[in-house]
Amino acid sequence: MIPEFGHYALVLAMVVALLQGSLPLWGAARGDQRLIAVARPAALLQLLLILLAFAALTWSHVVSDFTVANVVANSHSTKPLLYKISGVWGNHEGSLVLWVLILAIFGAAVALFGGNLPASLRARVIGVQGLIALGFLAFLVFTSNPFLRLELPPPDGNDLNPLLQDPGLAFHPPLLYLGYVGFSLVFAFAVAALLEGKVDAAWARWVRPWTLAAWTALTGGIALGSWWAYYELGWGGWWFWDPVENVSLIPWLCGTALLHSALVVEKRDALKVWTVLLAILAFSASLIGTFVVRSGVLTSVHAFAVDPERGVFILVLLFIAIGGSLVLFALRAPALKGGGIFAPVSREGGLLLNNLLLATAAATVFVGTLYPLFLELATGEKVSVGPPFFDKTFVPLAIPLLLVMGLGPFLPWKRADLGALLPRLALAGLGLVAAALVTALLLGGPVMAVVFLGLAAYLFLAALSELAERIRLFRGPWGESWNRLRGLPRAALGTTLAHAGLALAIAGMTASSAFKVESVIFAAPGETLSVADYQIRFEGVDRRQGPNYTADSATLTVLADGTEIATLRPERRLYSVQQRLTTEAAIRTTGLGDLYTVLGEPQPDGRWTLRLYWEPLVPWIWIGALLMATGGVVSLSDRRLRVGVARRRQAVAAE
Amino acid sequence: MTRKGRRRLVFMLAALFCMAGATALILVAFQDSLAYFQSPSDLVKAPPGPERAIRMGGLVAEGSVVRAGESLSFAVTDLANSVPVTYEGAVPDLFREGQGVVVEGHLLAGGTFRADTLLAKHDERYMPKEAVDALKAAGEWRPEGGSQ
Repeated sequence: MIPEFGHYALVLAMVVALLQGSLPLWGAARGDQRLIAVARPAALLQLLLILLAFAALTWSHVVSDFTVANVVANSHSTKPLLYKISGVWGNHEGSLVLWVLILAIFGAAVALFGGNLPASLRARVIGVQGLIALGFLAFLVFTSNPFLRLELPPPDGNDLNPLLQDPGLAFHPPLLYLGYVGFSLVFAFAVAALLEGKVDAAWARWVRPWTLAAWTALTGGIALGSWWAYYELGWGGWWFWDPVENVSLIPWLCGTALLHSALVVEKRDALKVWTVLLAILAFSASLIGTFVVRSGVLTSVHAFAVDPERGVFILVLLFIAIGGSLVLFALRAPALKGGGIFAPVSREGGLLLNNLLLATAAATVFVGTLYPLFLELATGEKVSVGPPFFDKTFVPLAIPLLLVMGLGPFLPWKRADLGALLPRLALAGLGLVAAALVTALLLGGPVMAVVFLGLAAYLFLAALSELAERIRLFRGPWGESWNRLRGLPRAALGTTLAHAGLALAIAGMTASSAFKVESVIFAAPGETLSVADYQIRFEGVDRRQGPNYTADSATLTVLADGTEIATLRPERRLYSVQQRLTTEAAIRTTGLGDLYTVLGEPQPDGRWTLRLYWEPLVPWIWIGALLMATGGVVSLSDRRLRVGVARRRQAVAAE
Repeated sequence: MTRKGRRRLVFMLAALFCMAGATALILVAFQDSLAYFQSPSDLVKAPPGPERAIRMGGLVAEGSVVRAGESLSFAVTDLANSVPVTYEGAVPDLFREGQGVVVEGHLLAGGTFRADTLLAKHDERYMPKEAVDALKAAGEWRPEGGSQ
């Protein structure tokens, strides 16, 4: 009964989406208040219905209702409860339900908290959200019904891919989707602005918090995904330039650019057309991200389903959404009143340069990711674009980007004097030279490591010196600095955190790529091996029974200078239902690096393959990402971005 | 030219420079890091030069795997032709004789393939897409052997 109930709610939601996507837009165009008034209740009803559908699907998974095809395909009665719940979105249909749920949450948020928006703009934003929801719900209802029943229910299910049975991955998709779908709202604002024919500072103030929220979630989602890949896949790598990773990086790059260009619109009333275009591109990239992954054109653990009918539907949806909004942009953008042109050396000039570089970087990732697809369609020739491509395109582009990033926050709006600025970057410059010299002379690192560790030090110190300057650290009494720090706009603090976080992350990425130590050894129990500065004594392997798997668990004693410091237990697990093997790495972190151990295959002579890695600075990647996301949250709490501020300003302006 | 016009020009030039730079980077990178997919038969019939990055898929030939310390040699076959491969480094858990495999690297002058990366299937049921394609091209594909 409950699955039918969920299915019914989903169909009703589709009908509501049809109304939500048509009446308010029609009303806003005609100036009909009654039609405009449909927007808010429709958005709330939409959320309620999708919430019911999601709850019904979750219930089916939790109670293991094996009459539902989706549950049979992805669950098993012995699966732990956490994974029964995360299994709801660990498959094609369920992940789409989560997608529309988040979309509906954002739509309802505008309906509830958008009281300060002009009624017609709000109606248009909600209307565009309704159209997006309509596309996704139609896709769900017509091609991917999650509530499909089986005539002959099997006694038990097929279980979830064991690689996905992991706490990190339980939260990776929701966060990623929060980011992707967050951009839908920014997109809706952009389309609404094009329809209204007006982009102004107030518009930018409304758009920025949503962009920030989406960006923060996406940052967290990507970081969580790469962390999962690091500890779960057993290769000690954290980024593979896999198409699936790339399609999440592209919206992130666009979103980062958007975050900065919206600032220029807000403060200087310039870059408006570009900002609207970026908003469209960021969401288009998110759509491509969602669908490229789901459509199965790119095979990976993420590809849930290969179904030609779905593929065509997806292409049509992408074409309407992206093509339609770009056509609207081409038609209406010239009508947007262009902003002022500004001095090249200024805060806005720096932000523009940041935007150009980010957009270029996004474009190179896009080309590298989708080129094989286009080439195969066009010529039938199969190629693969791997890490070397991105090392040669994306990585060099990051150099000027990081240089400008350190400099940017020092630049005043309107006009800056570069000569007067350089002394303030002295500490950062010193850091750059010192880090580069240490890497080159003491560690003998490759050129890229010298450059990027130097840049990471530069960016970190630049971010800190900018903060120190703002709070007059060391230039006055401590109490004064503390008061200044507390009085600092949250957005400024957020910038410092995000920039410093990126610096740490880059240091981690560079050091772990350049100075990783790897050894693959066949070892007999009792043998002592060494990797980096550690000795590892291989004690042996035991068999252990888990809830839905059996594991070979190795015991490794880690010694440093002859004293035992830790015991690691890497495992090989065989999940009984799907007969899949997974490796569970055992990791010991010192904060400055990770000792990463993996148990490989047994050899016929009783020895075991052991893979041992020393990964320097690798935890900094995720510490950095966490700092960046924290920066986003801190910025979001800025008074300026709080709901209601725009209204008060408007009221003042109206007097 | 007016001041405004001059500034506009500066931005246009910056944008143009970025685009030109990116295009140049992409083209250079494409030249030597694009790996072309080939089956063992393709490589035997028309061997490309050793400078070309190749991605080859097929099955690990039965009885061909020889391990010597860190290095590994085996043959990849599409059941019509086979190519000898050498590889050094970590070997995936599911690398086995008779199973699907994808290798990336270069075909050396002597006809031996030097692999830089070695990808095996992820689980018992899944076979790399390229390995399936190579078998299909050679007419040796039997779906009951297990696709995805």
